[in-house]
Amino acid sequence: MRREPVKAGELAADIRTQSFDEVVAGYSESQALLEAGRCLQCKNPTCIQGCPVNIDIKEFIFQVTRKDYRGAYFTIRKTNNFPSICGRVCPAEYQCRKACVLNKSKLAYASHDAINIHFLERFVGDYGRRNNLKVPEEKDADFSKIKAAVVGSGPAGLCCAGELARKGIKVVIFESLQAYGGVLRYGIPDFRLPDEVLDYEINCLKELGVEFRNNVVVGKSILLDELFQQGFNKVFLGLGAGVPSFLGIKGENLCNIYSANEFLTRINLMSAYKFPEYHTPVNIGEHVLVIGGGNTAMDAARSALRLQKMSGIKPDVSIIYRRTETEMPARRLEIEHAREEGIEFKFLIQPKEFYSDEKGLVRGLNALSCKLGEPDSSGRKKPVAQEGSDFILPCDLAIIAVGLQANRVLSSVTPELKTDKYKDIIVDPGRMETSIRNVFAGGDIVGGEGTVIEAMGMAKKASRAMLQI
Amino acid sequence: MSTYKILSKEVLSDHSGARIIKLTLNAPEISFKARPGQFVVVMPTEKGERVPLTIVETDTKAESITIIFQEAGLSTKILGALGPGDNLYALVGPLGHATEIKNYGRVILVAGGVGIAEIYPVAKGMKEAGNDITVIIGAKSKELLILEDELKTAADKIYTVTDDGSCGRKGFTTDVLEELFKKEKYDLVYSVGPIPMMEKVAGLSRAFSIRCIVSLNALMVDATGMCGCCRVTVGAQVKFSCVDGPEFEADKIDWDELKKRNCMYLDKEKHICKLKLNQ
Repeated sequence: MRREPVKAGELAADIRTQSFDEVVAGYSESQALLEAGRCLQCKNPTCIQGCPVNIDIKEFIFQVTRKDYRGAYFTIRKTNNFPSICGRVCPAEYQCRKACVLNKSKLAYASHDAINIHFLERFVGDYGRRNNLKVPEEKDADFSKIKAAVVGSGPAGLCCAGELARKGIKVVIFESLQAYGGVLRYGIPDFRLPDEVLDYEINCLKELGVEFRNNVVVGKSILLDELFQQGFNKVFLGLGAGVPSFLGIKGENLCNIYSANEFLTRINLMSAYKFPEYHTPVNIGEHVLVIGGGNTAMDAARSALRLQKMSGIKPDVSIIYRRTETEMPARRLEIEHAREEGIEFKFLIQPKEFYSDEKGLVRGLNALSCKLGEPDSSGRKKPVAQEGSDFILPCDLAIIAVGLQANRVLSSVTPELKTDKYKDIIVDPGRMETSIRNVFAGGDIVGGEGTVIEAMGMAKKASRAMLQI
Repeated sequence: MSTYKILSKEVLSDHSGARIIKLTLNAPEISFKARPGQFVVVMPTEKGERVPLTIVETDTKAESITIIFQEAGLSTKILGALGPGDNLYALVGPLGHATEIKNYGRVILVAGGVGIAEIYPVAKGMKEAGNDITVIIGAKSKELLILEDELKTAADKIYTVTDDGSCGRKGFTTDVLEELFKKEKYDLVYSVGPIPMMEKVAGLSRAFSIRCIVSLNALMVDATGMCGCCRVTVGAQVKFSCVDGPEFEADKIDWDELKKRNCMYLDKEKHICKLKLNQ
């Protein structure tokens, strides 16, 4: 008889929303063994094709069933540098789990029947972390001539730096903020990815000899040319998609309307939830609207709800989305967690205009009802706003989470660096090399917003090309 | 790794509890890169805010930069309490676009309060580019008037104004500006100071059809274009002060929006000051 999927341990919703502590506890060993035991070990495993970096999922799960966690760790590490991170943030239900033969869903995401590959990956990643397992270095004297600069310390930059450093290459990472990790630091909240998981990976790179330089904005503090003048002969650009999009509607600049990036940066990077111990403030309201349906919207909404609880305000946070739940791009687990925590979902709504009081503080959103029409270029049904369906949603704080664009600081001062109409950097897809020789790129700055694992895949590809002297 | 050491400190004004302080910081890379109009972000301590401050002077020989600020909130007070030998937690820059320095002809610079420090590098740069420079500086009283001697070296004409008449003329910088506009011809106005003053300067410049550039002091977090905290409406467009500015054509700025957005955290600022400074 086929067993039910094993749920991972979680903090209860009313407890976890009183802090930013991690929500998912992960599998215990016995849970991992039970879940791994559900894997059919298919002759032709489809899950591997579902993974952007083609982790040998069948093999690592088999190793888990044999309690060979060490072996499982190294199997994953062949193609994935950060299993502890990806096991926490990968949208597995859209990737490997969707391709699992046990998946019964025809939707864009897997049904709960699919093997919980992400929880197993996290279990194995955390095993590796707790036991400080290290992938052997493969130093080669030929590479001693390479000196690499990695710009940006997000998922792509960290992965590229690690790959190069393992080969014995001198690598320096430049980060514009005071802390390392990019979106993993300023974007994803601690309740999904605790700092200690990220810090572990950064420390491993430091042990490998990677040099970290913070507070350097490449394109401002130092130009690309100057990196080469300083003796670097290979450069990797992992600049990310850090520029928030706005709706472009009236009243969007009223007080207490934040981009999700600003709201999350204040909380995650600047620890504003610990104000006044930390000095950066963040405002919170009694009626919070979060516009958007992606992971960033879920993160912002859940952070806002935590701030309300921590400030003694009765939780009232709503997600406003133009389509319906099925079309939401967020991870299903985040939607489920958000709902458990008391976030309200309001679908088929298009924001029209924010209005304020005389002080300029936002007081409400004038919105329109939508109906779903024909599929658009994204393949999802297009929301069509209904004329005359205006209604008002009261709000005293709003967070706009409708996507991110390319970081343009470097490209705007480097005309030789070719970009597309979205200002994403154009690369040769085989080598990830840009229009400038010896300058490579990967992550969200190539092809727009993607996942951590996709960024890592690109960084790995780039690092291989960077080895060619 | 890099240290952000304070090399020297000077209290430029110590009046009515809001000191104006000048710090010279060890900043080799920034000292070579910085151009007039650009700013740095300073984190005084690990738990501190990221504070944007204009780069007032650079010294490539000493590999240092100078910042000038008034102790207004907690962060500037913490910064003001540091002294030579102390290290800042973080220093990053130069950020923002540099002023477009070229020969415009006759340039008039109008500054109020600590904004006087911010027009100094621009006045110097404009003078070196061959412009005829007129400067109007104003403050509440004589004690708060800073950099007068330095600005005299860069200006062909300088007018000082105080609210209480304790130094120079009694009144506002914009009174002098209006009089000068009526009798003289200028090719460019450049202004930094309190928002109501800049708004007035912008209005006068528009009335006399003179191009006016202002450097805005919008609130910022990362100051590298990632958060949109500093967004301002210029004409029909929303701009980020940190990466699109900090200078903008004054004519089209939505001043009312900027004023309101800059007050978003006043309550929290009062609270933290009371908590941390009155113990």
